[in-house]
Amino acid sequence: MTETTVRLPDTTRLVVSSSPHFHEDASVRKIMLVVIAALAPACLAGVWTFGLRALWVLLVCTAACMLVEALCVKLQGRASTLPDGSAALTGLLLGMNLPVTTPTWMCVVGAVMAIGIGKMIYGGLGYNPFNPALVGRVALLMAFPTALTTWVAPLASPLQWAGVDSVTQATPLGTPWAGEQLFSTWELFIGRTGGSLGETCVPALLLGGVLLIALKIIRWQVPVCFIGTVAVITGIAHLAAPEQVAPPLLHIMSGGLILGAFFMATDMVTTPLGRMGAVIFGVGCGVITAVIRLWGSYPEGVSFSILIMNAFTPLIDRYTAGKPFGVISHPGREVKL
Amino acid sequence: MTAVIILTLIGVLLGLAIALTVRYFGAPVDPLAEQVAELMPGANCGACGFAGCNDYVQAMVSGKAKPGLCPSQSADALQKVCVLLGVASEGRAEKVAVVCCSGTDQYAIRRAFYNGVNDCHSAMLVAGGSKGCVYGCLGLGSCARACPFGAIEMRADHIAVVHPEICVGCGKCVTVCPRRIIKLVPKSAPVHVFCSSPEKAPVKRKVCSAACIGCRKCVKAAGENQMFINGFLASVNYENPPSADIVAVCPPKVLRTEAQPAASAASAAPAAPEAPAATTAP
Amino acid sequence: MTKKHLHFYGGVHPQESKTASGAAIVSAPLLATYVVPLQQHIGVPAKPVVAKGDKVLRGQLIGEPGGFISAAIHAPTSGTVKEIATCLGPAGNQLPAVILESDGDDLAAEPMPALDWPNASPDELKKRIAEAGIVGMGGAAFPSVVKLSPPPNKTIDTLILNGVECEPCLTADHRLMLEKPEQVITGARITARVLGVKRVIIAIEENKPDAVALLQEKAAGTEVEVRSLRVRYPQGAEKQLIYALTGRKVPSGGLPMDVGCVVQNVGTASAICEAVCEGKPLYERVTTVTGSPLVAPGNWRFRVGTPYAEAIKLAGGVKVDPVKIISGGPMMGMAVYSLDIPIMKNCSGILLLAADEVRQYESSPCIRCGRCNDTCPMGMMPGILSVQIEKERFELAEQWHVLDCIECGCCAYGCPAGRPLVQLMRRAKGEVMAARKAKAAKKA
Repeated sequence: MTETTVRLPDTTRLVVSSSPHFHEDASVRKIMLVVIAALAPACLAGVWTFGLRALWVLLVCTAACMLVEALCVKLQGRASTLPDGSAALTGLLLGMNLPVTTPTWMCVVGAVMAIGIGKMIYGGLGYNPFNPALVGRVALLMAFPTALTTWVAPLASPLQWAGVDSVTQATPLGTPWAGEQLFSTWELFIGRTGGSLGETCVPALLLGGVLLIALKIIRWQVPVCFIGTVAVITGIAHLAAPEQVAPPLLHIMSGGLILGAFFMATDMVTTPLGRMGAVIFGVGCGVITAVIRLWGSYPEGVSFSILIMNAFTPLIDRYTAGKPFGVISHPGREVKL
Repeated sequence: MTAVIILTLIGVLLGLAIALTVRYFGAPVDPLAEQVAELMPGANCGACGFAGCNDYVQAMVSGKAKPGLCPSQSADALQKVCVLLGVASEGRAEKVAVVCCSGTDQYAIRRAFYNGVNDCHSAMLVAGGSKGCVYGCLGLGSCARACPFGAIEMRADHIAVVHPEICVGCGKCVTVCPRRIIKLVPKSAPVHVFCSSPEKAPVKRKVCSAACIGCRKCVKAAGENQMFINGFLASVNYENPPSADIVAVCPPKVLRTEAQPAASAASAAPAAPEAPAATTAP
Repeated sequence: MTKKHLHFYGGVHPQESKTASGAAIVSAPLLATYVVPLQQHIGVPAKPVVAKGDKVLRGQLIGEPGGFISAAIHAPTSGTVKEIATCLGPAGNQLPAVILESDGDDLAAEPMPALDWPNASPDELKKRIAEAGIVGMGGAAFPSVVKLSPPPNKTIDTLILNGVECEPCLTADHRLMLEKPEQVITGARITARVLGVKRVIIAIEENKPDAVALLQEKAAGTEVEVRSLRVRYPQGAEKQLIYALTGRKVPSGGLPMDVGCVVQNVGTASAICEAVCEGKPLYERVTTVTGSPLVAPGNWRFRVGTPYAEAIKLAGGVKVDPVKIISGGPMMGMAVYSLDIPIMKNCSGILLLAADEVRQYESSPCIRCGRCNDTCPMGMMPGILSVQIEKERFELAEQWHVLDCIECGCCAYGCPAGRPLVQLMRRAKGEVMAARKAKAAKKA
């Protein structure tokens, strides 16, 4: 029998680490890219409805957010965090929440608010308590209310440039309900209404949202409870006062509820960790949104409701952490070591 | 205009109310305790054994503790505190911490690349970290993070070095070090043995070229009872330390002053291959 | 017909990679030197009863238990004691060890008399188990005689034999069940007699249908039941296994005996059978040597004290250099840096991983995605715990039940941020236990 040389491993280049030594092929970057991909249909729908300027706003917001993050990280003396894709995602979401006629400089200010104030001062990804895109949007809303509440009607062709001479139009929730729908159900569904450039097209948003749930990137409890609660509350209110309150279907399909419920209220960093927490978060957002819409002075309350519930996230976590397997609820019967 | 006047009036009234409340309902303040508290460094490092400077002040003023337990207080301030409390001042031994290891990347063999939490205690859980010597400094900075005064420098070559001019000898690093190689020594001691391994010399040299080989040259060169030798590890007798010129006799240059870098008589450890990835930070 | 069983919450399904499951067990050839650690078990190290220069025979006692929680150590072959020294253990620490130089004859010491176990008393059987130095061979290495002697206030009614082998890559238990099914079953029945239980279940994962079928056939007519469980890591973890088979939950901080169960590895059962029926002490075990860098992965019966280098040589050596060498399985095993570490009673596998199979841990922040909570079989929130532990808030970690962590690795396996979650948990557990000890000492 021929002697074959048996080679022993070279032990000078071994790595030691704690277990486990197998790892799933998951990364933060992958998650962010999948979410961006899930948003793509709604972005395309926004460009289709509001023209090329919508694309411009989205690009400006995304680029500005990435630039601000790169700058902040450099000032902190850290390696660049852009590869994780979270800044790009925030930029995209910010853009989708703005009207198509938002001036470019305002988009940049929004990006600075979103990333700088909404994320980086807390230490960056994972440390921010509030949804950065919403921080940016609400900051702009407070600072430039007129610009942020000027809505144009859907354009005849996506190649047009929405500008000063575009026809303004109230959003479905903008005009007080007087018993009659301004837009047909089909128009509401397909997104041929005024609104933020990413919030109008329901099927595009649902496509992305369902994809995220199927891939287990977001918890289904949040959008279901959020939309469900709004539907229930507005449904009851509509039944009680059909001349004062719009029907629940109108509420669901407008005001950025679907965009908020699937993509903003499911932001991992700022929402509770567990499943029970997700339910509470969704219901809480739904209640606050409905209250603002029905009795508050703002026509829509999704942004505010999410931000308010973000503040409750640590509390929700603490009380929904649950008892691990084997922890006995009755102190008397606990096993003492 | 009226608004301005009214608001100013409200402000003045509220200010008066606060002042009166503090005057008549305020907590009684011990003027002596306040004076002593002014002389404390306020670092709340806990070296005195009390829960912060204020706690120590209260203990001193009530006679439960003697002044002089605070290592980071200047001698001048200590003198003043003793005068205030009417207590005779006792001498206070100034201590500093010393990390007794010279095993930088240059001298210490790396036995594996450590990938994990950037903390000495955590590294101990993973095969004892990446350095070859199980008695050596892990170089991941738990001591530097524990130091309230920022006196420990984590050098890029993975060793902790205490800066004696900043160190006040509070002892936090001593308890934090999982290898227990940081010692509190008198500030006046000129030399230290920067090695903690009790292994036999050939075993030690395999993993680090800057190790005390137990050759006893220092014991012979020093005065009586100035150097101890325990097996294969020499140590300084801090009650009667040798003078600084003893460093000349140590072949691996492990017995040296703080200012001197370690320099090995033999060649340094072989150049380490490139690491696959960086360690992680806590 | 296997009964349905409960599904525990969480868990992950890593790639099974059971490439060595077709390799029959081969007895490793005799070596010139064996480095036999005196601590191959949880508890106090064994005390050497031999000295330098002593001649010993195979199976002779060379270390006696050093305390209540300790185990005996026996010589793996005949030869001369070269010295009593130390050796490197898989955890990177030094273990006391007997260095044995083999004389090549492999002469056996007089075996202990075979016991008629159906009629022997439980105490006689326990004495034999202790004399044979039997410890848990699934990895934990808890001295079996202690495990099989629960305090009188704990009634045990179920013995579960763990043939699940949920760790990817390991196949030693599988091969043992295929090649020595009678031994496994007899070992189970002996253990049942020691404990005085009527209900014995051998649990095997569904991915080993041949073992399930064979053991069911061999166990027919006995009190031993064979159950097939779904493939999910960590199905073989004690608490999850007990829950799946009986629906009982081991209380937090408690042991299986608190719910009337004892769990034992099939390898331990086989060793008990050999000790009782053949009088053979524990000095060898089946270990899987596997991994893509190896030329010929397989399963061997190694004697304790065999250095990993010899095991890798038997597997044909490596074709590419590994980046990690792991003692145990990929999910809970320990990464080692030296091939001089000896195989011990609890070493179920030696796994080599190539560079493209290893993903480094990173210092990235927790993005609170919740995957860890979804997969944690104990229902904890490792993400939140990890942030607390990084900030050294160990008292908070204690409140959030860090001591319930079984270190299975499911959280870190799926963490997108690549955080070293298990290492952080281990750190916290150490600190919390130390703090509790200090508090108890203060009170005393």
